[in-house]
This record gives sequence, structure tokens and C-alpha cells, in this order.
Amino acid sequence: MSGEKTVRVEHATAASRVGVAVLAVALIALAAAPAWTGRAELRLLSEVYAYLALASLWNLLAGYAGLVSVGQQAFVGLGAYLLFGLAMQVDLPPLWTIPLAGLIAAVVAVPVAWLIFRLRGAYFAIGTWVVAEVFRLGAAQVSALGGGSGISLPTDLVLSLASSRTMRELTLYWLALGLLVAILGAIFVLLRSRYGLALTAIRDNEPAARSNGVDAARIKLLVYVLTAAGTAMMGALIFLQKLRISPDTAFSVNDWTAFVIFIVVIGGIGRIEGPIVGTIVFFILRESFADLGALYLLILGVVAIAVMLLAPKGLWGPIADRLGWQLLPLARRVVLPPAPPAGAPPATPSSQS
Amino acid sequence: VGQYDRAGRAGGRALRHVRRRPVADLRRHAPGQHRPRRPDRAGGLSRARRHHLARHRPSRLAADRGAADGGHRLPLQRGILNYTLGDDLLPPLLVTFGLSIIIQNGLLELFTADSRKLNAGAIEIATIPVAQGLYIGVLPLLQFVLAVAVIAGLQLLFYRTALGRAFRATSDDQAVSRLMGLDTAHVFGLAMALSLAVVAVAGVLLAIRANFDPSIGPARLIFGFEAVIIGGLGSMWGTLAGGIILGVAQAVGSKIDPGWQLLAGHLVFLLILAVRPQGLFPKVQG
Repeated sequence: MSGEKTVRVEHATAASRVGVAVLAVALIALAAAPAWTGRAELRLLSEVYAYLALASLWNLLAGYAGLVSVGQQAFVGLGAYLLFGLAMQVDLPPLWTIPLAGLIAAVVAVPVAWLIFRLRGAYFAIGTWVVAEVFRLGAAQVSALGGGSGISLPTDLVLSLASSRTMRELTLYWLALGLLVAILGAIFVLLRSRYGLALTAIRDNEPAARSNGVDAARIKLLVYVLTAAGTAMMGALIFLQKLRISPDTAFSVNDWTAFVIFIVVIGGIGRIEGPIVGTIVFFILRESFADLGALYLLILGVVAIAVMLLAPKGLWGPIADRLGWQLLPLARRVVLPPAPPAGAPPATPSSQS
Repeated sequence: VGQYDRAGRAGGRALRHVRRRPVADLRRHAPGQHRPRRPDRAGGLSRARRHHLARHRPSRLAADRGAADGGHRLPLQRGILNYTLGDDLLPPLLVTFGLSIIIQNGLLELFTADSRKLNAGAIEIATIPVAQGLYIGVLPLLQFVLAVAVIAGLQLLFYRTALGRAFRATSDDQAVSRLMGLDTAHVFGLAMALSLAVVAVAGVLLAIRANFDPSIGPARLIFGFEAVIIGGLGSMWGTLAGGIILGVAQAVGSKIDPGWQLLAGHLVFLLILAVRPQGLFPKVQG
């Protein structure tokens, strides 16, 4: 029907136009950060990017696909160990191993998903944790990579990144920012695609989405595999910055899952803006209270419980609900054609998305 | 939510008076039949299922516990966790996660990170000779007997008492249970109290058997979860079997190589998940 052509789906809103502009300015400022900050701040910023990427990936997994995993450290550690293994045993250049780690993690994620997708809800969550434990204990058995006590990246491999210390630091900084932008970009493209429409439908009401023909199982598998790849690449990069790896740090449930979940929940789960808000809050809390030691983690726990009880949708949830703000043009609004002349058949909204 | 629960409970109480007699009359149950007195041996599942709601007379439970008003009791479940109930899995998961971080770090502040052990005295090394060169440790035997006793007690509670029926009914369908007059908020509170009591017994036994420190909990939690999945959801004796399978797997693994102790347990769990995802003796659907 020719009338269908005139039905459009609009994504952008006034808020998202401002949001995109703000993001663009922020990106340029952050890319130029080496010009206006010192060495320590660059390191902190790299860590912020790593957590923002991990949190965004977990948000996609848990917030959209409903796969509440507490075992994403499995893929952080897998990526990190792949980087060390491929660079040290196969002699690949360290930077090349990062995309390769993502690819291998995606392949590994398929049988893992086959196994743990048999579990539902809370059992799924703890099943992912068991898988991460198996990875951790397995890594401790690889004596070529230091076994249980870990190993450092050899100096010549580190020097192969760039000749001078400044250039190495800049390479790693821009790499972290670049990988973050790539991961966020991939999530944005996914959410704008028809898979994104299906994912949003699953997020809002899974039975309803399935009754409308959404193949939830297939999309969940897709999201799980993509998330594993992204998480592994970020994991590889994190440990390329740390230069030392051990099973306990690479597969740490606290560092790579508990803090990440905290960030997403504080910011607002199921929205792309949530992890951004959460990361900012998390690092403000950490930089102000980290000196308190155990007390700092106690405060973190209290904040998490308080947010969960008082604002279950996180800090961004009420803003998005009341003001309708969105940072990126992700909303879908059907724009109907102007009213047809009297007598003409009404245009039917198409299923185009 | 608190307001709603209170209103709901008051409503349940009012309803009870209204329909007590008519319901009993309609069902034409002999007085003794309200409480199942015989074990659900034949075709356990279907018998148990039928007991769930068909025979269930929730007012009985309410009457048994008298005028108990749990608002000020069971503070963990009623004060915090009941606010997170619903279809969404995340809130209870995250709140308990937050609680575990608070408790772990609180313990760390109070007791430092030092490894400790409870001293039970001479019983720790006492043994019973069984045959030439074969001894059974008194303490492990005692722990096994205690575990079997606790599971037998839970089995009795779940399948023979009004409280157990209330647990199973609430687990099956919260909304219907509330409609039947059950105060589900209180049932959740009691379930949490019961589970914490059992966990505390297990914690003391573990503390006698091996070293512990504030961060030891999560690793033990995984074993408990694996035992439940191996045994099948909802089956007490299955959980015991799961625990034994896991323990034997770890013992065999540690004989092969000390590094394989935990790995062997996890691999057996994943293997069972692959070939029999519903567990060995499932009673309820996951």
C-alpha cells in the first residue's frame, strides 16, 4: 500500500538532541584529556571507561534481556587470560589479541549459554557464578600462565606497545576510550535495530513480547554472546593496563560483577543512561570514601539497599519517567501521515521499525 | 506496601469469620481430614499437590498461631525483604547482595581478617574403629547424623504440618494463597527465620570442622546451591543426596590433585546440569 510510506518512526526528542550534543562535546574533551590532566587522572579515567563499558554490557544483559548474571567476571578473566596466553605463548602483538579475545569469548559463550540457560531466575544467576568459578579454578591449573599465583606481562611485550612511556600511556588511554565508544556504539546500534525493539519489548513484558512473535530465546542467546565478547575485550584491556594477572584478580566477583551491578542499579537498570549516571556516582563515592577501608564497602552496601527500596528504577528512572528525557535517540514514536481526505481509506500503521 | 499488607491481613481475618463454616460445609470434610495424617508415599508428587490447595484450610494456620502479629518480629524479612517481593528477581537478589557486603565488612571491622576456628575439644579427633585399619571420625559422623535429622525435620514440617502447607502454597502461587486467607508476608518471614536457623547450625558445624574468616561465605553458598540443583528443586532428600554427591566428587578430586578438589565438584554439577537439568529427584518446577 502506498499509504504506508508516509508512516514514520521518530527516534529523536528535544532532550536527545541536547544529549547527543553534550555527549559529543564530552567525547572531544575526554579524547583531549591528556592535554589538560595529569598521569594519575588519565589512569582514573581509563578505569572509569572500563567500568562504564562493563556496566553498559551488564545492563544490556540484565536490564533488557532479563538475564541476571552474577558471573560476568568469567568473561573479564577469560579475555585477560587470552591476552596473556596469546601474547606470551603464541607471540601475537598484545593489541591484536584484544579483538581475538572477544571472538574466542563469543565462541566459548555459546556452549556456556546452552548449559546455563536451563536454569531460571535466581538459579540462573548462581549458575553463571559456578561457571565463573570453574573458569577461575581452571585458570589456576594453567602452569604456563603462572597457575594460582599469577604472572606478569614480560617487559619486551610491554615495550612493543610503544617505545616511550608517555606514548604507551596515551595508547592505552585512547584504546580504553575507543573501546568504550565502540561498545556503547554497538549497544546503541543494537537497540535501534529490530532486535532492539524486541529487546525493549522483552524488558517491558516478556510474555507479551513472546505472544507478539518475539523469539525471546534466540535474542537472549544473541545478547549473551555479544555481551561475552564485549566483556572479554574490556577484560583484556584492563589487564593490559594492570600488566599482572592472577586467577583471583581476573575472576574477582567483587571487582567485575558486584561493583558493576551496583553501578547499574544505582543509575537505573534497563536504560542506556543508567550505567552512565551510576558510574559517575560510584566513582564519586569511591574517591571520597575509599580511605575508610571496610567502612567504605559498608556504605556502598547501605546505598545499594536504600536505592533498591526507595528508587527501584535507580536515579535515572524517575527522571526518564517524569520528564521523558533520553540521552540518545532511542525512543520510538510513530508519526502518522496527515489526515487523509474524506472518503479515502485510512492508512494503516505499518510494522516497520 | 506495608499499608497494603496490613490492610490485606485485616481483610483476611475478616474473611475468615465470614466463610469459615460455609467452606467446611461445602467440602463435606470429616473433621480429621483437614490435616493429612498419612505420609504422601504413594505417588508423592500428586498427593502432595492435591494437599496443597484443595485440602488446605488456611484459617487453621491463622488460628494455630493465635493473634500473632509479626510486624515487630522477623525484622529482616518483614522490615526489608518483603518490600522487594514481586515478579522481578533483581530487587531481592540485590538487597541480599548488599546485606552480605554489609555483614561481611561489618565482621571484618569487628573481628579482623584473621582466620579462626571453633575448638570443640577432644571430640574433634575421636574415632570409632569399624574394621582393621578403618575408622569413622566421631565429629563427621555427628555432623552427618545432625544433617539427616535436620532434613528429616524439614521434610516433616513441609509435608505434614499446616505451616509446611502454607510454605508450599505460598511458593506455588502467592496471589491464590492470599485469596485463601494466608498472610503471605508472615509466611515469608517465617520461612526466612527457619532458613537462617538451619544455616546457623550449618555455620557452627563448618566452623568446628575448618578455618573461617569474614569472606568465607560465598564459596559455601555455591556448594549449597549446587546441592539443591543436583538433588532437584523442592526435594529435601534430593538435596541431601546432592550434598553427598558433591562431597564425594570433591573428595575424589582432591585425591587426584589438591587443585582439583573444588573443580571436580563444580564439574560434576555442570555435568548433571547437562544430562539432567531438572535434578535427580525434582518435586517442583524451577
